[in-house]
Amino acid sequence: MNKQILEISNLSVSIGNDTIIDNISMDFHWKKITTILGPSGCGKTTLIRCINRMHELIPHARVSGSILLFKKNIYEMNPILVRREIGMVFQRPNPFPTMSIYDNVIAGYKLNGIKLGSAEKDNIVETSLCRAGLWSEVKDALHRRGAFLSGGQQQRLCIARALAMKPRILLLDEPTSALDPKSTGHIEDLVSELKESVTIIMVTHNIRQASRISDFTAFLSKGELVEYGSTEKLFTVPEDKRTEEYLSRSAG
Amino acid sequence: MPSVSKRLATDLLFKGVLGLATVILFIPLIMILYYIIVNGAGAISWAFLTSLPKPPGEIGSGIGNAIVGSAILICIACTISVPIGVGVGVFLSEKPTHTIAKMVRICLEILQGIPSIVIGIISYLWVVLPMGGFSALSGGIALSLMMLPLVIRSTEETLKLIPQSLKEASLGLGVPYYRTMTKIIIPAGRPGISTGIILGISRVAGETAPLLFTAFGNPFLTFNIMKPVNSLPSLIYNYATSPYSDWQQAAWGASLVLILFLFTLSLIARTISTR
Ligand SMILES: Nc1ncnc2c1ncn2[C@@H]1O[C@H](COP(=O)(O)OP(=O)(O)O)[C@@H](O)[C@H]1O
Ligand SMILES: [Mg+2]
Repeated sequence: MNKQILEISNLSVSIGNDTIIDNISMDFHWKKITTILGPSGCGKTTLIRCINRMHELIPHARVSGSILLFKKNIYEMNPILVRREIGMVFQRPNPFPTMSIYDNVIAGYKLNGIKLGSAEKDNIVETSLCRAGLWSEVKDALHRRGAFLSGGQQQRLCIARALAMKPRILLLDEPTSALDPKSTGHIEDLVSELKESVTIIMVTHNIRQASRISDFTAFLSKGELVEYGSTEKLFTVPEDKRTEEYLSRSAG
Repeated sequence: MPSVSKRLATDLLFKGVLGLATVILFIPLIMILYYIIVNGAGAISWAFLTSLPKPPGEIGSGIGNAIVGSAILICIACTISVPIGVGVGVFLSEKPTHTIAKMVRICLEILQGIPSIVIGIISYLWVVLPMGGFSALSGGIALSLMMLPLVIRSTEETLKLIPQSLKEASLGLGVPYYRTMTKIIIPAGRPGISTGIILGISRVAGETAPLLFTAFGNPFLTFNIMKPVNSLPSLIYNYATSPYSDWQQAAWGASLVLILFLFTLSLIARTISTR
């Protein structure tokens, strides 16, 4: 496979006595968009949370197997460093409600106590907001609170906040499920542009969205990786009956 | 079925009873305030607030040392109970099912049920005896034990209401846990935590019992926390039970000062929590 950015091997996750992820192995492709598709409750969120160790917030979650980021096991790295390399955007937009738009974008630096000159800060804010397609809408309101923005704008602010840390991988967990169709379109366009610079792993349960923007698709069912391959192939000639069923049911 | 007019009458009677109950509640409250204001307002003057107590019969006596003493006691109580209380509250909200958290909750319930006089005795045994004398410090420690459960509870309850998504946002940016807590979560809970601290202060500001054998009382002004200090509640207790009419008058004045202070605290707490 091309550049080995992220390899998951034999990953299993259990919460209490329930197996949530059952022995998944998969490699991700450098600067491509991979979507993780599957019915609600199949473990998509749990899987991507394992990738930046956010699963550690779930009480009683246990993980076995390994995830290599550039050949280094993330479970042997400092979780803080893992999360700076692998940014995350959540299902519901969660900007810091009391911070201005400007402070939200550089929050990762501020909260980590990383000192930046004001020109450098301005530069990071502008670049990140441009990359998130939000700059033209907010450039005159940078010092207003992020909470005043619409849902779609808030989600793009969260994307800008993640991009500001210059991650190499961006995880998006159903980033559009709480948004209207117009904002959804905005974010899909944006994600397609972002793959020029970052590797994108996006969870969705919307098969149209997966087929519209992704290069690769993984289909998950009940914690199992049923099928994984190029989006085109998976959508046109799925190998597994379960994939075929899911696709035809969801398309109908 | 009863006639319409009968039902209307029952309705009226019911409303009347409710109204009466409310009035009955208000009567003692208004009477207390009335007595304190009528008797206390005359005593209050700038000199009364700033001068030291004088022997009965002498003019120009004041409660300055008690105001300073109460302020010192409250400062000591806060210095101890706020950091510990917020820390324990954070722990309880972060690890609600931890075995230690369960034990802490039981201890808190017990602590809250301990009569204030007993808290005074505990501080007497722990602080006054080893240090060899009454002191503001021992009084402040007694008050901090009484404040602690309120600060812990309010911190825990406030932090529980802060959405998990805020914590995820911060941790997801690679911010370490302790910075996430101190820079995002605790600041987000600041209004609720401050309200709890203020309620804690009002809870202890009027306490006499825990101070009887700790801060003890002192007719002179002192800023030394190793010395006994006077306080508003102890001054009221001593003066009100004295046979001298000018001291009794000063007790009313001090009561009015204390009530105005508590009233201000509750106004501040209301403003913060409704913001
Ligand atoms: N914090 C948790 N505690 C217990 N079970 C959980 C927790 N989070 C998720 N689960 C369980 O894990 C399974 C997969 O959840 P999730 O990864 O959120 O699925 P998806 O994102 O595909 O909808 C579900 O059965 C859910 O009940
Ligand atoms: Mg999910």
